[in-house]
Amino acid sequence: MTALAASDAAVRTRQQFGLEAVVENQSLTVAVPAEQWQAFAAFAHEALGCRFFNFLTAVDWKEQGLEVVCRVDNLEARLTVVMRVRLAGASCPTLTGVWRGADWMERECYDMFGITFEGHPDHRRILLGDDWEGHPLRKDYAVDTPHTPYR
Amino acid sequence: MEVKPPVPQVPPPVWTEFKDLQEFEKYRQVRSDDDKTSNTLASIADAIHHIPGGWIVTTSTDKIFNWARKSSIWPVTFGLACCAIEMMATFASRFDVERFGMVPWASPRHSDLMIVSGTVTIKMAPMLKRIYDQMPDPKWVVSMGSCANSGGPFRHGYHVVKGVDRVVPVDVYVPGCPPTPDSLMYGLLKLQEQVAEFQKTGTK
Repeated sequence: MTALAASDAAVRTRQQFGLEAVVENQSLTVAVPAEQWQAFAAFAHEALGCRFFNFLTAVDWKEQGLEVVCRVDNLEARLTVVMRVRLAGASCPTLTGVWRGADWMERECYDMFGITFEGHPDHRRILLGDDWEGHPLRKDYAVDTPHTPYR
Repeated sequence: MEVKPPVPQVPPPVWTEFKDLQEFEKYRQVRSDDDKTSNTLASIADAIHHIPGGWIVTTSTDKIFNWARKSSIWPVTFGLACCAIEMMATFASRFDVERFGMVPWASPRHSDLMIVSGTVTIKMAPMLKRIYDQMPDPKWVVSMGSCANSGGPFRHGYHVVKGVDRVVPVDVYVPGCPPTPDSLMYGLLKLQEQVAEFQKTGTK
């Protein structure tokens, strides 16, 4: 797995999933539909050798819905795979079955954006208090929301 | 060959010739003889002691209790952010507020003062309130730094309490981001002035 060019990875992605990848140096950006999200993650983990889970976050595109962005790395081949999925609602399949490190990232994503990750083993807030109302990084979140009085 | 000049040998001082203490004694003697104020005070004290009951010093209890309170303010160590580094520097040997009787104490139950040094998040506010409630009366709070005063740079964020005075009553606000140890020390001295006026300004 030491010599894996990003162009080869793009070819294999097209053959296996029919997805067009944007190649830039050694990084690969793929827009994945939600049905293929977990399958593509398993492909990136096994076939492309991306064992390092770098980060997972989300983007709020207002009327165009939410988008989850995830970056994983193959450190030996210096290959970077950026996967993005556009969600219809606020629900996304989990990646914890593929990378254990996705656990807390998905919890944070739920905390900040309110995206539910289907199949997550421990699905609750991680940074904010349990009694917090709303999800602060949504564009429609009112910052001046009055909070409950402090005990 | 080059001949080095001999190094001059300085004889070590003989300790019996060390006259510093005698000089000091002489100076003390001279001073006490010439000190008009102490002599006057001593004569006044002599005169007062001849009055019946004159050996009893009278003062108000407020004054002596507040003197004791302000001379031994023990702050509970409540460091939250970068301001805590400046607070530690204030307590350390260079600035040394221990000369004012302030000992950083790791228990709220023995403390008189809480220095809120740093950003108070909404998640931290209940813990802060609980620690404040655990302190015995009378107790004081110093709000240290912009974040604790008003929320500071995070005022328009979603997760920061917009001033610690929304959680606990604050006596002294120290501005700065973070305040220097000098600023905090000035605030603590201002607090001492407040403590000296404790009962006059009303109970808490």
